Order: sequence, then structure tokens, then C-alpha cells
Amino acid sequence: MPEVEIRKRLVTVEEIFHEGGPPAATPLRRGAIIAVIRNPFAGRYVEEIAGFMDDLKPLGLAMAQQLIQALGGDPKAIQGYGKGAIVGAAGELEHGALWHVPGGYAMREALGGAKAIVASAKKVGGPGARLDVPVTHIDASYVRSHFDAMEVGVPDGPKADEIALVLVMTTGARIHARVGGLKASEIKGEDGLR
Amino acid sequence: MSAKIRKIVTVVEETVTEMGRPVTPPTRRAAAVAVIENPFAGRYVDDLTELFEIGEELGGLLAEKAVAALGIDGPAAESYGKAAAVGENGELEHAAAILHPKLGTPVRKVLGKGAALIPSSKKRGGPGVALDIPLGHKDAAYVRSHFDGMEVRIADAPRAGEIVVAVAVTDSGRPLPRVGGLKTSEIKGEDGLR
Repeated sequence: MPEVEIRKRLVTVEEIFHEGGPPAATPLRRGAIIAVIRNPFAGRYVEEIAGFMDDLKPLGLAMAQQLIQALGGDPKAIQGYGKGAIVGAAGELEHGALWHVPGGYAMREALGGAKAIVASAKKVGGPGARLDVPVTHIDASYVRSHFDAMEVGVPDGPKADEIALVLVMTTGARIHARVGGLKASEIKGEDGLR
Repeated sequence: MSAKIRKIVTVVEETVTEMGRPVTPPTRRAAAVAVIENPFAGRYVDDLTELFEIGEELGGLLAEKAVAALGIDGPAAESYGKAAAVGENGELEHAAAILHPKLGTPVRKVLGKGAALIPSSKKRGGPGVALDIPLGHKDAAYVRSHFDGMEVRIADAPRAGEIVVAVAVTDSGRPLPRVGGLKTSEIKGEDGLR
């Protein structure tokens, strides 16, 4: 399988103090890392693409670790995660699906064995396309306070023959979470759901 | 009067290849962006002194955040820029009041020098509006390799009564610059121009 060629990386960190309500004792941090890579399958239909997932694993792990650093460096501080991909116009949605395994497992590994499935979104789009990356709790998908999303994008990417690969992590609940449901304090942490 | 900050976002962009060619060292730019309450939203106020003070406070804060995001010492910064977007219940003059009277001095203090004008842009807009922050060399505005711009946007800001304020800093010019003009090696650094 082809080598992973990176054109650029973007790291975004949001520090949220309040959203019109009482300021939180600890601000919520949300971070995203994006790598814009060349799509080795752009411009034609390629049947066998799955091997590229292995090539993406080192990139996934490096991105997960860089994102943890950007959020303060402590993997234990990370409570929510999500992932996504924007495939340039000469590629197909299926190329974005190549990110599920290397992106998801990289975050779980870097976070020391998170249990919940990593929520994801993907699309085909041009330079500047925006993607709303869904976020859920890393150990229990049903934790309602941690359902969130972070909008990301690359002003000059992805070009037609590129893919923008995205990882998102958060350090807590929505800033004024108050709609009930399963709480983080009630997690059993066995099945990744509750 | 100090700024009422709802959130702070930092973005770091790193370009490692361009048109398949390595960019060595990679070019890097960072923006630090604050979302603040507009104290004059919804009414005409003649004296904008309060916003001058807020600009002074944000200049130092955002320059420090941007430099920290790049992981460099202030004097290692090469170019800079600033921008503001006012929510719909404010006026363009509010952006001017933040950006122009007092924001520059603390930015220059963080960066060690800064003989050149800090290029700026401003606009009125709604949540998610794109800010194109102009960039120019911090000591000599005519350095052609460092004419650039950085696009940033905050998905949920500015709300009607808010202002988005951004300071961008780089440790480099454009990737693969080759349109001539004054070079960084030729800077005199006396008048801010050459």
C-alpha cells in the first residue's frame, strides 16, 4: 500500500468558560487535530483499499498523542471523543471509511483503553468544507452530558485528491449540561454503552 | 473594565508539503481568538474607551496564547496580524475600537519587537463567519515572502451581542515563496517598512 503523504496539520483548541450561564469552575476544553493527506485512490475506482488502514495507524497514533498534548498532556483528563473525515471531490465516501479503524483505535490506545465506540461523521467536500464531528463519552456512549459536536474544517483543503482526517477530544460535559440522562458518575464501564 | 470572555480558541496550522514538495522547515502559523461580550451591543455609545481597554487586555493575552501554541519564544515570531468580527447588534466601529488604539503595544511586548504596522481586517457577521487575518512581517512590512493571510472561524460566534477578536502569529512566511521582493535577510528594521 502507498506511503502516507501529509500536506498539512491543523490543531484547534477551544477553551469554553460559559455560554450565557454561570461560568464553570473548570473551563471545558475541546480539541481537534486534522491531517490533510494525499488520497492514493483519487480519480479512479480501486477495489482493494483496506490495506491502507494499516498504513494510517502510525499517523492515527501520532495525531492522538499530539491532540492530548494540545489539551494539556494528561490522557486521564480526556472524557469525550469523536472522529471524522472529509474526502476531496476526486475520491469516494468509502475512502473516508478507511479512517474508522486507525483513527478509533489510535485514540483508545492513547487514552489507555477507552470502551465506547468512537462516534464519527464523514463526507465528500471541497476546500473549506465544514464537518460537524460528533462527540460522546469515551467509556459509555449513553452519558447524556457528553453528547456534543465540534465543527472543523480546513480553509484550503481537502483538494480533490486529498483527504482530511480528523480526531476530536473533549475534557468534560457540555458547559451548562442539564438535560438529565445517564451521568458520568453512574457509568458501569463494561459494555461501552452505560 | 475587563473583557467578559466566553471562550478562547487557538488554531495552529503547519504546512509540511506543497504541490508534493517538502516545506523545510514546515511553515507554521497560529491564531488565538477570544469571544467576548460587546458592552455596547444594541445601542449607540459615543465614547468607546471601554473597548480600547479591552483591546489592550486582549492584545497581551492573545499574543501569549498564540506564541505558546507555536511553542516558540516571542522574539522568534516572524509575522503577525489581527482581526475582529462584530455580532449583528454591534457596529464596525466597535471592532476598530478594540483593534486600533491599544491592542498593538502589548502584542509587541510579547514578541520582543514589532516595528511594522500590524495588518488588520474587520467585519460584521453572524456565528461561523470567516475572519481572514492579514499577515505581514513584524519588523519590515515590505518583506514579500511574509505577505499572507490566515482564515479562522468560530462555529458559534459571534452571537448578536458578541465580538470575536483574533491575533495571528507565525514563525515563517508562505510555503515555497518565490515572487521576489525584499527578503528577511535584507531587513534593516528601523522604519517598520524595510
